[in-house]
Amino acid sequence: MTHLPTVMTVPVPQGLRPRCCEATCRVVSNTPVNGEYRLLTLEAPAEILDCQPGQFFQLLCPAPLGEQPFLRRPMSIYGYDKAAGRLEFLYKVTGAGTRGLATLDRGDAFNVLGPLGQGFSMPDDWQNLMLVARGVGLATLAPLARMAQEKGRKMTAICSARRPELAMSVDLFESYGAEVIVVHDQDGSSTPEALRPLIKARIEAGQVDAFYTCGSSRLLRLLQELGAHHDISGEIAMEQQMACGLGMCQACVRSFRVGDRIIQRRVCREGPVFPISEAM
Amino acid sequence: MKDMQNADLRVRVGALTLDNPIMPASGTFSEDLADVFDLDVLGAHVLKTIMHGTRAGNPTPRVCDLQSGMLNAIGIPSKGIDYFRDEMLPYWAGFKAPLVVSISAHSYDEFAHLCAEVSLDGVAAIEANISCPNIEANGNAFAMRPDTTHEVVTRLRAKTDLPLWAKLTPNTGEPAEVARAAEAAGADALVVANTVLGMSVDIANRRPRLGNVMGGMSGPAIKPIALRMTYQCANAVDIPVIGCGGISTRDDVLEFLIAGAAAVQIGTATFQSPTAMARLITELESWMQEQGVASLDEIIGSIEAPNAGVFE
Repeated sequence: MTHLPTVMTVPVPQGLRPRCCEATCRVVSNTPVNGEYRLLTLEAPAEILDCQPGQFFQLLCPAPLGEQPFLRRPMSIYGYDKAAGRLEFLYKVTGAGTRGLATLDRGDAFNVLGPLGQGFSMPDDWQNLMLVARGVGLATLAPLARMAQEKGRKMTAICSARRPELAMSVDLFESYGAEVIVVHDQDGSSTPEALRPLIKARIEAGQVDAFYTCGSSRLLRLLQELGAHHDISGEIAMEQQMACGLGMCQACVRSFRVGDRIIQRRVCREGPVFPISEAM
Repeated sequence: MKDMQNADLRVRVGALTLDNPIMPASGTFSEDLADVFDLDVLGAHVLKTIMHGTRAGNPTPRVCDLQSGMLNAIGIPSKGIDYFRDEMLPYWAGFKAPLVVSISAHSYDEFAHLCAEVSLDGVAAIEANISCPNIEANGNAFAMRPDTTHEVVTRLRAKTDLPLWAKLTPNTGEPAEVARAAEAAGADALVVANTVLGMSVDIANRRPRLGNVMGGMSGPAIKPIALRMTYQCANAVDIPVIGCGGISTRDDVLEFLIAGAAAVQIGTATFQSPTAMARLITELESWMQEQGVASLDEIIGSIEAPNAGVFE
């Protein structure tokens, strides 16, 4: 019988600690959160729990009936707690990989690789934070909100969704001390046109030092426009199809505008968090 | 249990002696893997293919997954020869595992020129990726045909004194003839093989699932093809053959060695499990100790005739 959780050990030189590990975790629970999302909670070894908000894991998803997801699936971290040995992912069932995740039951062994990539930064002069995210992008910002509370930062979280009941993590953001504004498609409050004056008013009131965003290219463009006009920096967590997740295969590149040049960066290695001003 | 003798995992690939037969396949390995394990446990280091100039690579999506495998069309993004010489070579010089540099080009002249340029101190062998399109042959890979294989390997041989490995393509219909042409032109070893040309379509939007439309298939699904071709080539030539294609378990490694491979390359398995190569080495060693196999010489090319007509 295998004792879980375990880290796959391979020879390492003395003194070298691997920056990420392939580990077998045990499923604690895997439950629906609302109509569209599920929360996967894992018992994880301490070696993989020195995470930063914005980092991700590569999940080796079990095969659902009739399908075989072959490559690992990148998934941003929803929650981590080294003292409690817990690691959480919030996901929406959309393809073979996440259909496989949905089959996991309490007690199952589950192989993950991570933590991977560069997380969000939070310089000292970013005291008033505005988090703007949509859909499952809200999950990516959840650990960031917790870090902001620990650092004593003020937060406004704009949570965008198709319908108000699908806006995720509202209670969680509030528990981290954020002022939460839910916007959605049903009343039109989630459009860039509706959001622009709302965000602009807060900028002009001196309530925004930095933006964080995830999950919507329309929101990205809005924040780029407002950021450029009002000289406000920020960071975005981005996605791309991946194979290795470590930087070896060069599959997950995206284009970025740096000065007057367009360059390519690997989302898994240089990202997934990038400056909002450089994202395309 | 038998006496746990020390198993000797060393293998010879021409003039090179490797500490063990496990090495990465080009394109699936970089310094980034040093985040996961000590890269000096590997038999050799094989770098991603370098081309002379800088190249951006293919449009995304560059990968998609399949049942028991994947397709890729990365497109050899390359930072060019200067970056290799000034930045990469000093980094890899810090390891004891021999460094194998993969090179490619779209014409004979460009290929030969690059071969001379990478023949530097610190490089243990050159792997010629002759599985990429040759613009002088209507875009067909050099290794599709014996004559173009012979020509390109001859031109490379003239430019380097380093061990020269030719990486063949499984897309040819004449693997033994191509292998013999590479040997006759002076290759020191063959790498058999590369990815199998394939395609996948998303029926929801009727688009190809790769930005480049077609791509190279790899992973366990192609293992029987690569094993068959390794066996054919090992029988066709006297130079060592390095097996490559879908190898992901200890028993896969043993199959290739038994079929005649002197060593193996591991690629897609590393994407599923980045510790795969390190584990294969320890699993191979344990197997040899359990089986009382002192040296891999006892295994390599030890394939028997089929037991025809007998059910066991």
